[in-house]
Amino acid sequence: MTAKVRVATTSLAGCFGCHMSFLDIDERILPLLDKVTFDRSPLTDLKHAGPCDVGLVEGGVCNEDNLHVLREFRKQCKVLVAVGACAINGGLPAQRNQFDVGDLLRHVYFEEPGLTRRVVPDDPELPALFDKVRPIHELVKVDYFLPGCPPPADAFWAFLSDLLEGRDPRLPPGAIRYD
Amino acid sequence: MTRPTFTLDGVAISFDEGQTIIEAARKAGVFIPFLCAHPEFPAHGSCRVCTVLVNGRAMASCTTKAADGQVVESNTAALTRDRQALVQMLFVEGNHFCPGCEKSGACTLQSLGKDLAVTSAGFAHESPTRPVDASHPDILLDFNRCILCELCVRASSDVDKKDVFALSGRGLDKHLIVNAESGRLADTGMATTDKAMSVCPVGVILWKRRGFADPIGKRPHDVESPRQRVEGKGKTS
Repeated sequence: MTAKVRVATTSLAGCFGCHMSFLDIDERILPLLDKVTFDRSPLTDLKHAGPCDVGLVEGGVCNEDNLHVLREFRKQCKVLVAVGACAINGGLPAQRNQFDVGDLLRHVYFEEPGLTRRVVPDDPELPALFDKVRPIHELVKVDYFLPGCPPPADAFWAFLSDLLEGRDPRLPPGAIRYD
Repeated sequence: MTRPTFTLDGVAISFDEGQTIIEAARKAGVFIPFLCAHPEFPAHGSCRVCTVLVNGRAMASCTTKAADGQVVESNTAALTRDRQALVQMLFVEGNHFCPGCEKSGACTLQSLGKDLAVTSAGFAHESPTRPVDASHPDILLDFNRCILCELCVRASSDVDKKDVFALSGRGLDKHLIVNAESGRLADTGMATTDKAMSVCPVGVILWKRRGFADPIGKRPHDVESPRQRVEGKGKTS
C-alpha cells in the first residue's frame, strides 16, 4: 500500500470560512480520507505541522504568530496553497491597511463609547500586530492559489483530486470566484 | 460585392469599412477580452487588455481599424499571459476586495479576471490610501477601485456636459479627482440621471442604498458574463 498524502491546514488572519467550505465537499471526504491523512489542522488539533506533502493556508498575515505559523508551513510542506481571498489579497482584515495600527487600537480600546476599562491590551502572550495585513505570497513562496470568499467546495475537490492524481491542478469553469 | 474580411485566430471575420477589430469581432460573436472599451464611446486604448497580434504586431484591437486580409491572433498562450498580468497589476494597484464590493457580480474587471482564469495576485499589493467620498446624498464614490479608464471623465464631459471628473497626477500618482473647489462630489452638479453614473466598469461610482440588491446567482454577470454577451450564450439569450 502506498503511503497516504499528508495534508496540513491552518487559518491565519481568516475566519475559518474556507475550512467550512472545504467540509462542504460532504461525503466526498470519505474517499479523500482513503488517500490523505491530516497533520496539523482543526480536525486533529495538532499544534505544529510535521513534514507534509500539502499545506492549505487560509487567511492573510496580520501578526507575529501568523508569520511564525506561515513559515512553519512553508518549511514543512512540499506544496503550499493559498486558500481564499484573505490569503491571496489580505481580504477583509486588510481593510485596516489604510489606518495606523496605533490609532485603531486607541480608537477601539480607548475612545469607543461605553467601555468600562480603557486599556489597550498589551499582554506579552498576545502576538504583536503588524502595521499592514499582507497576503501570504508577499512573505513566502506559494505554489498554488484557490481564490474565493470562500473557494467553493468543488474548487477544493477539483484541486485536491488533480493533485492526488499527479495532474497539474486546473480549476473547472465556475470554480474560480473572487467573492 | 464581397465584404472585406480578416482572419481572427484562423476564422474569417467580415467587417464594414471603418470598424475596429474588436467591433467587427463583437459583431461576429467572437469575444476579445476587453476592459475600457465601451461601445457608446470612442476607443481610448488605455487598458491594453484587448491587445491582439495584427500581422504579428501587438496592437490594441479597440483602436486598430480592421483591414482586408489582416491576420489577427487573439487566443494565444502568450497574449493570455500578458492579459493576466495586466489584470493582476490593476488589482494590486488599487484596493479591490470583491467579497465586500457592491459591484461584485457586475464588475468588468472581476469578470475579466475570472474569464482569464487569474487565481493569484501575482505582484505585491500597493495598498494605496484613497478615502471614499460619501458627501453626495445619493451617490458614493469609492476611489479604491478606480482603474483610471476615464469612462466617467468622458461621459461627464461629452454626454452630461458637466465635467465632474478628471484625472490628476502622473504615473503612479495618477488618480481620479472630483472637479469642485472642495473636491467633494456634493459640490458638483452630478445627478443620478447622469451618463457618468452608469459607465464605471468597476465599483467606484455607486448608488447609495442600492448595494447588494441582487442575490448571488442573479447578479448581471451571473446571468450573462461579458463573454457570454458577445457570444450570445448567456442564460437570458
